[in-house]
Amino acid sequence: MNDTPPPAEIDPITLAVLAGRMEQIADEMDATLFRSAFNPIIAEAHDASHGLYHAETGDTLVQGKSGLPIFVGVMSFAVRAVIDKLAETGETPQDGDIWIFNDAHLGGTHLNDMRLVRPCFRDGELFCWLASVGHWHDLGGGAPGNYNPAAKDAFQEAFVLPPVKLARAGEIDRGILDILLRNTRLPQSAEGDLNGQLGALDLGIRRMDALLDEYGAGTVAAALDALSARAETLMREELKALPDGRWEAEDFLDNDGITDEALPIRVALEIAGDRMTLDFAGTAPRCQGPVNIALPTAVATAYVAIKHVFPMLPANAGVMRPIDVKIPEGSLLSAEFPAPVGGYTETILRMIDVIFAAAAQAAPDRVVANAYGTINALSIAGRRRDGTPWVMFSFYGGGHGGSAESDGLNHGSAPISTATIPPMEILEAAYPVMFRHWALRPGSGGAGAHRGGLGAIYEIEVLEEMGAEVFLFGERGKHPPKGIAGGGDAATNRFSFETDDGWARPPMVSKMRGIQLRQGQAVRLETPGGGGYGPAADRDPAAIARDVARGLLTADEAERLYGWTEGRA
Amino acid sequence: MTGKRMIGVDVGGTFTDVFFLDEGTGTARVAKVPTTRPDQSGGFLEGIRREVDDLSTLSAVIHGTTAGTNALLERKGARIGVITTEGLRDVLEMRRRDRPRTWGLRGDFEPIVPRDLRREVPERTLADGTIRVPVDLDAVRAAGEALRDAGCDAVAVLFAHAYANPENEARAVEALRAFWPNAHVSASSEILPEIREFERFSTTALNAYLQPEVSGYLDRLDAALRDGGFGAEFMIVQSNGGVMGVDTACRLPVRTALSGPAAGVIAAAYIAGEAGFPDVITGDMGGTSFDVSLIAGGRSMLAPQTAIDFGMVVRTPMIEITTIGAGGGSIAWVDKGGLLNIGPESAGSTPGPVAYGQCNDRPTVTDANVVLGRIDPDNPIGGKLDRLDVAAAERAIDTHVGEKLGLSTVAAAEAILRVANSRMAGAIRLVSIERGFDPKRFAFMPFGGGGALHAGAMLAEVGIGRAIVPRYPGVTSAMGCVIADMRQDFVQTVNATVDALDTDALAAFMQDHVDTGTRMLEATETRFEARETLFELDMAYVGQTHTVAVPLPVTVTDGRVAAPSRAAVAEAFDTAYHAAYGRLLPSGTRRVMNLRSAVIGKRPKFDLATLAPAGGTVEAALRGHRRVHFGDAWHDTALYDRLALPVDAVIDGPAILEQADTTVLIEPGLSGRVDPHGNTIITRKDGHG
Repeated sequence: MNDTPPPAEIDPITLAVLAGRMEQIADEMDATLFRSAFNPIIAEAHDASHGLYHAETGDTLVQGKSGLPIFVGVMSFAVRAVIDKLAETGETPQDGDIWIFNDAHLGGTHLNDMRLVRPCFRDGELFCWLASVGHWHDLGGGAPGNYNPAAKDAFQEAFVLPPVKLARAGEIDRGILDILLRNTRLPQSAEGDLNGQLGALDLGIRRMDALLDEYGAGTVAAALDALSARAETLMREELKALPDGRWEAEDFLDNDGITDEALPIRVALEIAGDRMTLDFAGTAPRCQGPVNIALPTAVATAYVAIKHVFPMLPANAGVMRPIDVKIPEGSLLSAEFPAPVGGYTETILRMIDVIFAAAAQAAPDRVVANAYGTINALSIAGRRRDGTPWVMFSFYGGGHGGSAESDGLNHGSAPISTATIPPMEILEAAYPVMFRHWALRPGSGGAGAHRGGLGAIYEIEVLEEMGAEVFLFGERGKHPPKGIAGGGDAATNRFSFETDDGWARPPMVSKMRGIQLRQGQAVRLETPGGGGYGPAADRDPAAIARDVARGLLTADEAERLYGWTEGRA
Repeated sequence: MTGKRMIGVDVGGTFTDVFFLDEGTGTARVAKVPTTRPDQSGGFLEGIRREVDDLSTLSAVIHGTTAGTNALLERKGARIGVITTEGLRDVLEMRRRDRPRTWGLRGDFEPIVPRDLRREVPERTLADGTIRVPVDLDAVRAAGEALRDAGCDAVAVLFAHAYANPENEARAVEALRAFWPNAHVSASSEILPEIREFERFSTTALNAYLQPEVSGYLDRLDAALRDGGFGAEFMIVQSNGGVMGVDTACRLPVRTALSGPAAGVIAAAYIAGEAGFPDVITGDMGGTSFDVSLIAGGRSMLAPQTAIDFGMVVRTPMIEITTIGAGGGSIAWVDKGGLLNIGPESAGSTPGPVAYGQCNDRPTVTDANVVLGRIDPDNPIGGKLDRLDVAAAERAIDTHVGEKLGLSTVAAAEAILRVANSRMAGAIRLVSIERGFDPKRFAFMPFGGGGALHAGAMLAEVGIGRAIVPRYPGVTSAMGCVIADMRQDFVQTVNATVDALDTDALAAFMQDHVDTGTRMLEATETRFEARETLFELDMAYVGQTHTVAVPLPVTVTDGRVAAPSRAAVAEAFDTAYHAAYGRLLPSGTRRVMNLRSAVIGKRPKFDLATLAPAGGTVEAALRGHRRVHFGDAWHDTALYDRLALPVDAVIDGPAILEQADTTVLIEPGLSGRVDPHGNTIITRKDGHG
C-alpha cells in the first residue's frame, strides 16, 4: 500500500463492505487456529489472535474479534519488531518469509506467546503484514507452563527466542524448528500449535489474494486508510462528549513474589477537547519478581481499557491516535530485558483498574467498577504411583464490577481475556483431584446501588497417594477491587491450604510456590468479587432482601453494609 | 380428497402455517391463519379446520413448535427446584466463567433457578464412577419437601459424575418420585449422560423448566385433537430435524428448542435434493434475523449444543443454524465515523419498517426495498395499513442515511441493500468456508417471507451459480414437519483410551441405545420405509480438548449390535482425524470420550411434483408492470402471478414474481425458470448455472 496512490475518496458503501470482508479474514484466521491447536489454552481459552498490519509502520489495520482482548493492542509491536530487525540488517522481505519469536520485551505480554509475522505481497510489492500469536503450553524455564512466581529474570521463566526467520520464501528452516522443539517440555503440543499458526497465516494470504483480485490494491489500501481515519474520528467524538479535566487514581500490587512489599500503580487521566493523556508517573520502579511488564504491553493495555469504556470502537490503530500514553522510564511498566515479566497479567489488570477508577470520576456512567483483578493461575503437580507426572493448570474466575445498568456479573472472565474455565468434571477425570467446593463466594461483591458480582470458592483436594505440589500466582490479596461512584470495595483474594496442623495461609498472601499437599489435603481459593457502583444507600431494598434470601449476603452483612433491618427485632 | 391426510403444523410468531398432504392422491394444500396468544392451540386447530372437518380421517399430525423456544427466551418456564451435590450449588449460576460480550464488561445473569431453590445434599461420585459418599436419602426427602412447599412444579437432580455412575441420582429420584405431586422429576443422567457438569446440569434444568409448560400445551392440543375424533399419531419435530412421539416430547421438551427452524431446513434439503441440488445453503430471512444453514450431500449439519441466550446452554444435537442480525426490520444507520451500518437494532414486526406506519421513523432494509419498488406497496404482507407509506420510508432514508452520506434517496436505499446483502453473503461464506466447503458449489435456497428478494444479490456476492426458490417458501417449516424422519439421539460418556477400551461395555451401551430407540419407533403407529442406526464416537488424542466425530462402521443385524474391535476404533479415528486436520500424531494416545447413537425411522416421502402447477401460460400470469430500481437506473419491470406460471416457463429479469406471502425478485441479467416441481430456479442469463 506504499506505492499505489489511493483514490482521494472511497465511496462509503464499498468501505462498509470491505470493512466486513477484512474483519472476516482475521476472524477466519482465529477460527483456523482454535480448531487445529493442540493445547487447550489456545483451543479452549482462545489465548491467540490474528490480524492485518500496516506495511511500513506495523500499525493495526484489522484484527479478529474472537482472539484475546489484550492482543488487540499488542500485536502491532510484534510486527514493528520485525520491521526494525529488517531495517537493522538491511534485508528486504520476500514472499513466503515468516518470522518467529517470543521475546516479550520486543513483542509484549510474556514468553509463552509465540508470534509469527508474514508479509503479504501484491504485484511484487509489500502490501501489508499478517501476524499470528498463540500461547504455547511450555517453553522450558524454571516452572512447567512458565508461571514461575519466583523468577528473577527472563531466563528463569522460559527459553527466549528473538525474531528469526522460520521460513525463507516458503521453505521452513528445519534448524529453527529443531531448536524450538528441543526447548519445550511438550514438543508435540508445540509442533501442533505451530502448524496451526502456519495454517492460519496461509489462509490469511489466500483470502487477501482473493480480496485484492476482486477490489484491486488501490481500493483496499484506500479503505484501510479510511477505516483508520474513521476510527480516529470516532474516538475524538467520544472524547469531546466527555468533560475536560484531570483525574488521578492509584492502586497497589500486593508484592512481586520475592519481597512482600506493596507496589503502587498510579495514573493521571487528562481530557482536553478531543484528546486524552494517560500518565503513569508515580508508578513503582522495576521490581525483582515477575510482575514487571515491557513497554509494548503497557501501551496495549491502555488500548484494552479504552475499548472497554467505548466498546463500539473498531479494533485498529486510529483509535489510539488521540490518546497519549506516558509510561515512566525505569518503572515496572517499562522493564527492560531481561527483567522477568511472566506475571504480566496481574500488572495490566491493575493498570485497567486505575484507568477505570480515574475515568469513573469523569463519567461514572461510562465505566464499570473494578472487576476481580487477578488471573489466579493455579498449578497442582505431582507424580502418580506408576511414576507418570501430571500438571493441572488453569485460571480461576471472580466477580465483575457493578455498573449504571446492573449488578456485576458473578464469576466472570478477566477483562483481558474471554477464556472459559474447563469443566470441573473434565479436570477431575484428567487429574487425581476432587473439588469439594465449586461455588459462589457470598458477600464478596462490593456494596452499592448496583453491587459487585460475586467471586468464587474453589476447594481442591488431592486424591493421589503420592501427594502434590502447588504453585499459585495471584494478586488482590491485600488491596481489594474498588467500587466507583460511591460504591464499596469487594472482598480480597484469600488463599489457604491444609497442613498436618490445620489450615495455613501462604507467606506472600496471593502467591504460593512449592506448597506440599498430602493425599486428602486441599488448597482453597476464595476469589475477589467486583466493586460496587453507586452508594449502598441507594440500593433497592427488594434487591437486598433477595440477596439475603438467596444466601448471597448474611442478614448481619445486610445491616452493616446497607442498614437493612427488615424482619429483624 | 380420497386418502388419509397427514398434516404438518408450524406455529410461528405471526402466522400458523398448515400443510395438508393427501396420502392417497399425493396432493397437497396449504393454509395460513394468525397465531393465537397466549394459547397457540386456538390457531393450531383453526388452521386444521380450514381444510378438514372430520379429524378421524387424519393419519398423522406433526407439529413444529416454538412453545419451548419462546418460554426460554421470555423466561416463562415453570418454577423449578434443583437438588445437587454438596459444594456444587452454584454451577448453573457460575456457567463456564464466560461473559455476555467481549468488550464493555456490562451485564449480569439470572439463572432460571434462583439460588434459594437450589439445595445441596451429601453425596459424591468420582470421575471413574466410584461412589465416595452414598446419597443421603433423608436429606434428599427434606430438600424435596422444602422445594415442593416453596411452590416448585418440577425438580431436577444434578449430581457430579452421574454420567459415569447414575446410582446416587437414581436413588434420589426414586425417593422423590414417591411423594412428588406430579411426574416432573428428572435426573441429569436420564436427560444427558455426558461429562461436563455445567452443560449437563443446564440442559437438565432447562428441560425441567419447560416440562410443565410444554407438556401442558401438548396435552391440551392432544386432547383437543382427540375430542375432534383424531385417533392417529401426534408427533413433534425436534431440534435435530427428526420427529418424536408426543409422549417423548413431554418428557424431553428441551429437544424442541429449535423445532420450527429445524423443520424448515429439513424441507429445504428435501426440495433441493428432489430438484437435483444435494448441496444447498438455506437462508431464512425474518424480521430481525437472517438464518443460514448448510446441507451437503443431502444431509444437514448437526451442532452438539447451542446457547438459547447468555448462560442458557442446551446440549442436544441440533441442526446447525447460523444467525446474523440482518432481517427485513434491521435498522440502517450512519455512525459518528461516517460508516453505514445495518442492525443489530431491529424494528422487528412491531413497530416494523417505517412504511408500515406504526411509529418507527428509522429506516429498515424493508424500507429500502419499498423505496426501490421491489415490494408492492398496494399489497402489504405485514403491518396494518392497506397501502405502505412509501413517502415516509423515503423521508426516513433521506434523514438518517442520504443526508449524512451525501446520497440521493434512491442511492441511499441501494446502499442500504448493498451493505445488508454483503453481511448476508458474509454469513453464507462463513458457514461454508469454515467447514471447508466452497460456496460456489452450492445452490442458495431462500425461504421465509423476505429471502427471495435478496437471492440475486447472493449469486452476485458469493459467486453461487443458482438460487432455488421453493414453490411455497412461506410454509417451508410446515412442509418439513410432514417430510421429517423419526429420529432418537443418545449419548453416553465412555472416557477411556483405546488401549483400555472395554469393547463389550461399549457394545452394551450401543445395544441399549438401539433397543430403546427401536422401542420408541415401534411405540408409534407410523409406517417406516427403512430404518437406520448411526454410531459415532467423540475422540481425541490424550491432552486435546476438542474432539473429532468419528463414525463407527458397526452393523446391526436383527437388532443385535456387534462389538467393534479396538483396532477398528483406532482405524476409524485415524481416518476421521486425518480428514479433519490433514495429519496424524504417531506418538499420540487415542481416547474415546463419548458414544453417540442415532436410531432413525425413514418415513415415506411424497412426490413434490404434485405441488407443481397444472397448465397455465406466461401471458395469462402477467399481472402488469411497475418501475423498479436496480443498480443505478429505474427499469420497467414485469409483474407475474407466480403460482400461475406453467412448468418450464422462463422469465428474464428484470421481473417480479408475486404470491401471497413472498416476492421473488429476478434482477436484470438473471433469469428464472419454473422447474417440474414448481420451484423457481434463478441463474445468470449468460450461463446455465
